[in-house]
Amino acid sequence: MLAGIRHGAKLYTVDPRRTSSAQWADGWLGLDVGTDVALANAVGREIITTGLHNRAFIDRATTGFADYAATVEPYTLEWAERITQVPAGMIRELAHRYATADRAQLCWTLGITEHHNAADCVFALINLALLTGHVGRYGSGVCPLRGQNNVQGGGDMGAIPAKLPGGYDLEDDTERARFETAWGARIPPKPGRHLSQMFEAMETGQMRTLYCIGENPAESEADAAHARAMLSGLDHLVVQDIFRTATAELADVVLPAAADWCEYDGTVTSSERRVQRLRKALDPPGQARPDTHIICDLATRLGHAWGRPSAEQVWDELRSVSLKWHAGMSYQRLDELGGLQWPCPAEDHPGSTLLHERLWDTDPVRRGTPAPFTPVEHVPPVDELTEQFPIRLTTGRVLDSYNSGVQTGGYASPLRRREALCIDARDGARLGIADGERVLITSRRGSVEAPVRYDPTVRPGLAFITPHFTEQVDTNLLTNDAWDPKSGTAEFKATAIRIDKVRAEQASRAGRLAVAGE
Amino acid sequence: MTVDLGTIRRLVELTVDGEQVRVPEGSTILDACRAQDIETPTLCYAPNLTPVNACRVCVVELEGARTLVPSCARPVEDGMVVHTDSERVRHSRKMVLELLDSSVDLSQSGEDVDRWKDQYGVDAGRYGPPAAPAAAGERDARHAGHHEIPDGSTAATVAQPVKEDNDLYVRDYGRCIMCYKCVEACGTDAQNTFAIAVAGRGFDTRITTEFAVELPDSACVYCGNCIGVCPTGALKSVSEHELREAGQWDPDDETVTTTICSFCGVGCNLELHVQHNQIVNVTSPTDHSVTHGHLCIKGRFGFQHVQNLPEGS
Repeated sequence: MLAGIRHGAKLYTVDPRRTSSAQWADGWLGLDVGTDVALANAVGREIITTGLHNRAFIDRATTGFADYAATVEPYTLEWAERITQVPAGMIRELAHRYATADRAQLCWTLGITEHHNAADCVFALINLALLTGHVGRYGSGVCPLRGQNNVQGGGDMGAIPAKLPGGYDLEDDTERARFETAWGARIPPKPGRHLSQMFEAMETGQMRTLYCIGENPAESEADAAHARAMLSGLDHLVVQDIFRTATAELADVVLPAAADWCEYDGTVTSSERRVQRLRKALDPPGQARPDTHIICDLATRLGHAWGRPSAEQVWDELRSVSLKWHAGMSYQRLDELGGLQWPCPAEDHPGSTLLHERLWDTDPVRRGTPAPFTPVEHVPPVDELTEQFPIRLTTGRVLDSYNSGVQTGGYASPLRRREALCIDARDGARLGIADGERVLITSRRGSVEAPVRYDPTVRPGLAFITPHFTEQVDTNLLTNDAWDPKSGTAEFKATAIRIDKVRAEQASRAGRLAVAGE
Repeated sequence: MTVDLGTIRRLVELTVDGEQVRVPEGSTILDACRAQDIETPTLCYAPNLTPVNACRVCVVELEGARTLVPSCARPVEDGMVVHTDSERVRHSRKMVLELLDSSVDLSQSGEDVDRWKDQYGVDAGRYGPPAAPAAAGERDARHAGHHEIPDGSTAATVAQPVKEDNDLYVRDYGRCIMCYKCVEACGTDAQNTFAIAVAGRGFDTRITTEFAVELPDSACVYCGNCIGVCPTGALKSVSEHELREAGQWDPDDETVTTTICSFCGVGCNLELHVQHNQIVNVTSPTDHSVTHGHLCIKGRFGFQHVQNLPEGS
């Protein structure tokens, strides 16, 4: 991105914090947490009212523009300034720059998707791309920057309740029948539960057993005390992981896994849909074994002789059913080309760096189904700010660390400082809390103690903390597990908190809460 | 399309050592030499960095040019006549290597440098025994113009203690040839962090942080892209440094396996350098389109979790 700026690209950063990206940007829109839809709709309205929308593209390649225009009509710059706290002039500048750019991209991460209306936030951005035609052309587009090396691949392989491997809809009878024939098994036509629904099912007692592979929900779930109580209440918990995580500590059975990224073979799929090869560099320690070996042996014990396929055989089986995306991606080609981007339907297909090019085709048949605008409305975060919980806490990563820290805790980073609640110095002064002082942070779900750090990247009313150092601050005891009905994502990004000076009785109460959460 | 075809480029025709060569417009003389399998020594050149013409070891003779030209930076032009092995070229390359060898510890610069030293008849010994190493921090404090004329009994050197000020990498500036690669990688060619720069003048020129502070007090983000481009072992990981110090560095056992980073969704290719089932270094292929050889702190140093094993396992 910095190379792009150096070559003349303009960068606008939309982030409640003035991050290092914001410091490099041509403009920083420091919006209030959870007002993304309000901002996007105001940008859309400004583009429409100034006539900067791409009428030719809208007419030819989209549907629902009139509804969209009507929906965003009330989102004036002045109204948006009040809701988002971003100066109207800056919203206007972003709208005009985006609309008049030759090519422009919208890139986002969890600041958009870890909300109770995650999918709506994404739709609000897609609407802007459709409004301006910044999609389906080189250098344009909408791009969720994936936070994990294979979150894209996991979904592509069917680890989404409503999808089969290769992006086919589970409820598509024809496709499901094809998979059933290939696998010689019946596939339930109704989607299973996603993670948030699983925890609800644990609560109602419908789910009594969990087999958890390579995830640490006891620390990474929002409202972690609740998550731990649910996991502890299961009849049977199996954890397959490379670490003895907090979740593994709760398990009845722990299956030690190899670190597949360097101790076995396979593939991962990056943000840009590029499938690349993992290769074995180390022998796994002790009894640790590759995930597929464990799963296949488990299947054998359950009466299905899956044998011990190699990573390539597993991949080739996927290729045989993922006809549109992966069929052309042999290990040999992945090795020779340094990866391939799906869709890659045949071995003579070069892969696809660009999606949605069809929207620009002048032939209506090749152009296909138009892309729909999806009008969405601003809805504030679930966890309301009140007199009792007046400060907005948002969570995020820092450069050298990662998620619940089980991996990055393993190396010594000179950048690492003690975990602290980052607040603005003016809030500190108002609350009588000194830089470095330990405080009690309380949300509607729990309390944790942490030192405070005055941080110039956050503004009054906002606080920031990471989830990386649970041994110091068990951040997710605070966060809200209210989740988006469309995507299942919990609202990690918007927690209402109170910051209190630590007093003796509060300290012991926090201790009890932490114990109760274990 | 996955393969970046780039813009269509005209072919340029030139003569290299008497042979007609046709290479795409915009290529360098070095590219033309390599296309002809003419070995050309380079130190400050890297395919993923902007040429800075610092080391001058790649110079060739270009007919009509007053001076020898650095082949790594000079674009080809139609009708150029280039000599890569003339007496003038050989002499210049010898002097570059000899002056470096007399003043810098090149013992970890790799087999290519050893071979070039033989090939060009380098004899650093003729400058006399090396001068005593500088004390810690002494070279960092030198000001321009504060020099005493040496008596010529010893060869001036940049020898100095290794800077060990953080858990991830060391700076062994007694091995630094001032190729500028680390500064470029830290700056606009990759990381845009600008934690290090060139300071001082003449023989006192050195790579340093602002006010020569220790790395943890500098702007460094520990991407290690400086290590990735260092040609002489002046910058190296703490793991490599400690294994070498302990006499346990075993390049003969080393395997290099390319895999994908286990952290974010960018998909950086990692080359895991493994000795005795331990990752000792991580690099990234310069010719891969995802990051062109550059990494972040997690990719370069965040592998330790796979080898933090319980005692006795």
